[in-house]
Amino acid sequence: MVTINIDGQHIEVVDDTTVLKAAEKAGIWIPTMCHCEYLEPYGVCRLCSVEVVRGKRSRIVTACNYPVRAGMTVHTNSPRVTWIRKLIMEMMLSRWPNVRVVHEMAEKLGVSAPRFPSLERDEAENACILCGMCVNMCNDVVRAGVLGFAHTGINREVVLPFGQKTDRCIVCGACAKVCPTGHIRMVLEDYKGKKPEYTLGPKTAISVPSLQAVPRVPVIDPASCIHLTTGGCEICATVCEPKAINYGMQDEVQEIEVGQILVATGFDIFDATAMAQYGYGTLDNVYSALEFEMLLNSTGPTGGKVLLKNGKEPRSVGIIHCIGSRDQNHHAYCSRVCCMYALKFAHLVHDRTKAAIYQFYIDMRAFGKGYEEFYTRLLDEGITMIRGKAAEVVEGSWPDNGERTLRIRCEDTLIGKFREIPVDMLVLCNAIEPRRDADRVRKLFSISKSPDGFFLERHPKLDPTSTTTDGVYIAGCAQGPKDIPDTVAQASAAAARILSLISRGEVEIDPVRATVQETYCSGCRICNNLCPYGAIEFLEDRKVSHVNEALCKGCGTCVAACPSSAMTGEGFTDAQILAELDGLMV
Amino acid sequence: MCGDETMARPTLALYWAASCGGCEIAVLDLHERILDVANAFDIVLWPVAMDFKYADIRKREDKSIDLCLFNGSIRNSENAEMARLLRAKSTTLVAFGSCSMEGGIPGLANLTTKQEILKFVYHDSPSTISTNGGIMPQTHTTMPEGEIEIPEMWETVKALDQVVEVDYYVPGCPPIPDQIWSVVEYILSGKPMPPRGSVLGAGTKTCCDECARKKEEKKLKEFFRPYEIETDPARCLLEQGIVCMGPATRDGCGALCPAANMPCRGCYGPPPNAVDQGAKMVSALSSVIDAHEPEEIERILDQIADPVGTFYRFSLAHSILRRVEKP
Amino acid sequence: MPFEPKIIGFLCNWCSYTGADLAGVSRIKSAPNVRIVRTMCSGRVDPAFVLKAFQLGADGVVVMGCHLGDCHYQEGNYKTVRRIPFLKRLVQQFGIDRRRLRLEWVSASEGDRFAEVVNEFTEEIRSLGPLKLYVHGELRGEKQRQMETERVVH
Repeated sequence: MVTINIDGQHIEVVDDTTVLKAAEKAGIWIPTMCHCEYLEPYGVCRLCSVEVVRGKRSRIVTACNYPVRAGMTVHTNSPRVTWIRKLIMEMMLSRWPNVRVVHEMAEKLGVSAPRFPSLERDEAENACILCGMCVNMCNDVVRAGVLGFAHTGINREVVLPFGQKTDRCIVCGACAKVCPTGHIRMVLEDYKGKKPEYTLGPKTAISVPSLQAVPRVPVIDPASCIHLTTGGCEICATVCEPKAINYGMQDEVQEIEVGQILVATGFDIFDATAMAQYGYGTLDNVYSALEFEMLLNSTGPTGGKVLLKNGKEPRSVGIIHCIGSRDQNHHAYCSRVCCMYALKFAHLVHDRTKAAIYQFYIDMRAFGKGYEEFYTRLLDEGITMIRGKAAEVVEGSWPDNGERTLRIRCEDTLIGKFREIPVDMLVLCNAIEPRRDADRVRKLFSISKSPDGFFLERHPKLDPTSTTTDGVYIAGCAQGPKDIPDTVAQASAAAARILSLISRGEVEIDPVRATVQETYCSGCRICNNLCPYGAIEFLEDRKVSHVNEALCKGCGTCVAACPSSAMTGEGFTDAQILAELDGLMV
Repeated sequence: MCGDETMARPTLALYWAASCGGCEIAVLDLHERILDVANAFDIVLWPVAMDFKYADIRKREDKSIDLCLFNGSIRNSENAEMARLLRAKSTTLVAFGSCSMEGGIPGLANLTTKQEILKFVYHDSPSTISTNGGIMPQTHTTMPEGEIEIPEMWETVKALDQVVEVDYYVPGCPPIPDQIWSVVEYILSGKPMPPRGSVLGAGTKTCCDECARKKEEKKLKEFFRPYEIETDPARCLLEQGIVCMGPATRDGCGALCPAANMPCRGCYGPPPNAVDQGAKMVSALSSVIDAHEPEEIERILDQIADPVGTFYRFSLAHSILRRVEKP
Repeated sequence: MPFEPKIIGFLCNWCSYTGADLAGVSRIKSAPNVRIVRTMCSGRVDPAFVLKAFQLGADGVVVMGCHLGDCHYQEGNYKTVRRIPFLKRLVQQFGIDRRRLRLEWVSASEGDRFAEVVNEFTEEIRSLGPLKLYVHGELRGEKQRQMETERVVH
């Protein structure tokens, strides 16, 4: 530990700390432009220059990489330092007149009008300010070695190897993240317009799905983690105080024996790219319902503000219902929840912006408790309801000033006219669909599916939470589109059924059921795929078929099918039925 | 049943009724073991190999023949007469082979009528030259030399147990020589015999149990005749669309036919518990047909030519309906 | 004496048997010629039962089940819908008019339809006449022989 004097303050720091870090400890701010806490100090912008006095000599050094020595005195605001900073800032401001971070720093340092002229070449808002953070990140932390500096003097620039896109780039996005001006863009070559789901943009390799996720624990995506790809980075482990990050964790497969299973695997939303007329994925500011939810969320990319891609507030917002639902070309069913959340969207947009709101609907389904009242309330808020499915969305211009905008073409069936409505932002109410892997999942549990693809309940009215397979229950949107109160009711019902069986400890089965007499079974397996309850299994070790008594419902179909009569149906055996025939035909 | 009461060897009769001779060959296929049979038994009737006459049998006392292996089905009055005669003279009467057990191939005559058979054979067949408007066989004919009587052909072919009481059955067309030997060996051993009416020389499961082919779940959209496709020798034939009687046929033969790439024809008869071999195949096959729509179902069923002939190839006489009704 | 058909009906417990029950409870008149065998599902009806019914002297056999898609056991009637056409071909080959075997779907609420099916089928069988099978004579003869041999002491 050494003691130094910064601006009159005496502080004790570890030997070899940089002056910048020491100043931080003392609560003294030193401006930096090329400094990143995850990188080794680069000292290229020179903005952190300070005056260091040792003995009789004073020198201007860069605070970011100058190590402290015992007895050192540092002046961070001496006239000499101030003059140097002003000069550097003026040079930066003239070189890059439109870059936001340069302006912000200039403002902080009280510099406004640079003395030097600027070149047209560097007038972009996202010009590269040659801070070198991307280069250092790529070479030292990520260790991919893709970015580097080329040329000298005024021609110095950050380049790719031989100026060409390269496969050596692991597309980690670290350079883009650390770049202060937005100069670096990640370009996905095969981008077909499908963004990563629900995130409105790429996410970090370590992330929580959302801030309301349960459990709220971040997960590392091995495919995009730099450390797991190159062995570099490890920034997350460095900054984690309780040292909770373990890069070596592997997926484990566990086998757990259970008596009952509740399948509540949820839903996916319809991919609106399939309906090209609405511009999802091709036009800007067209959002799916879930994306808009994320936008509205205070933990979302805009902090809950309703903003267009260019950062401005929309002047009008369109909300189109039934995207993929109630549609012969996609799903015939109604997704149930969309009318209400569309109203919610309208209400929130009305609250947060001054935008005009247009709802394009076929029918308003306000079926639940308080729903119709909410709808009536919204009508009073001045939302325009247009009864007619929007036909298409095109790019056009705003009527009064010719600015580019979206225009929705629709038929307003209540007034009997075709209309074209300019909107800045469009929200689509995507259909709720069964999960993409629903077929595979349901086969694991012997769950049937209804014609719409959702899991089939045992009885639509009297038993919506069980399936035909005993011990397997379904709840939530896996069984069909529904909102939260209905899901909670269904899930509670399923839980109650499950608990009642658990508390009883035993199951009553009907005496009428099928059994395989193994002495006569030859393992022909003709019976194996006849049972809709999955009660018939094949025992590989004994090469015979076997009936699970708990699952068998006693229909006798397999008994009739068995070509060797090895399968008997208790209560309705061949002998019993033939005896009946004998008696009837006397 | 083995005649331990006397010092003499037990007596054995082998008789063929409406038969092809294959069962006799199967016995000869015991090869050198036939000498053991000849040593162990006193053969009193074996038309194919020895020169005993019916009169010799009629002369014998009732129940004096210890074991009678009766093969062939009952097609005419001579078959029936001999069946009754041998039943009376034998302690143990065994329905030997598919024909006596269930009617066998001659049983397929029950698909038509005696009249039609005679008409075809003696008149319509391409290789018959019929003169005098076609002569039909007569049971009684007067010739200058004397009277000639020939047995009368019955309208319907019957299995042995539809004419007389049968003690045991040995299935097969023909029964496998190894199985024949195991039955003979057992009888000679003096061990207690199983209950009357039992099936000997065969198992209690079906041909599938002995078949080495791999069996998976079955879902069929097409049926094929064996010559129509090349089959995978390792996979169940039924799964590949070939109608194989294996699932509804008693085991004991070692699944010889599937091993030779041909589907089982069902010659070992129905499994122990099955009421009717053909009905079981109808039920089993329709259960694995993968179709719901009536037209599709009919299309697939069209691919099975002649269900009765296929499913009752050996067991028609013994089936529930026994014969086809002709107007 | 007019010919009274003897018809065996295989009815599934949940739909057609309940439908028949409803017909009875509702006092709907129907021909008395159908003698009912109840199974849990129409899928239990083994073709052997149908053949046996004919063997024992039935002039007609009707198999009734739930409508397709409504089977109490999900898919049992789909197996029946394949078995009965197959069986019809078989009985036709045996020389039994395939109209003597019928498959009908009757639901639990269709009491009147049950009566309609019964009446209609009875008339159809009546017009087809009694079914005379070779095996009928054989069975009578065998029964006779059995009774005679039982008197004989072995």
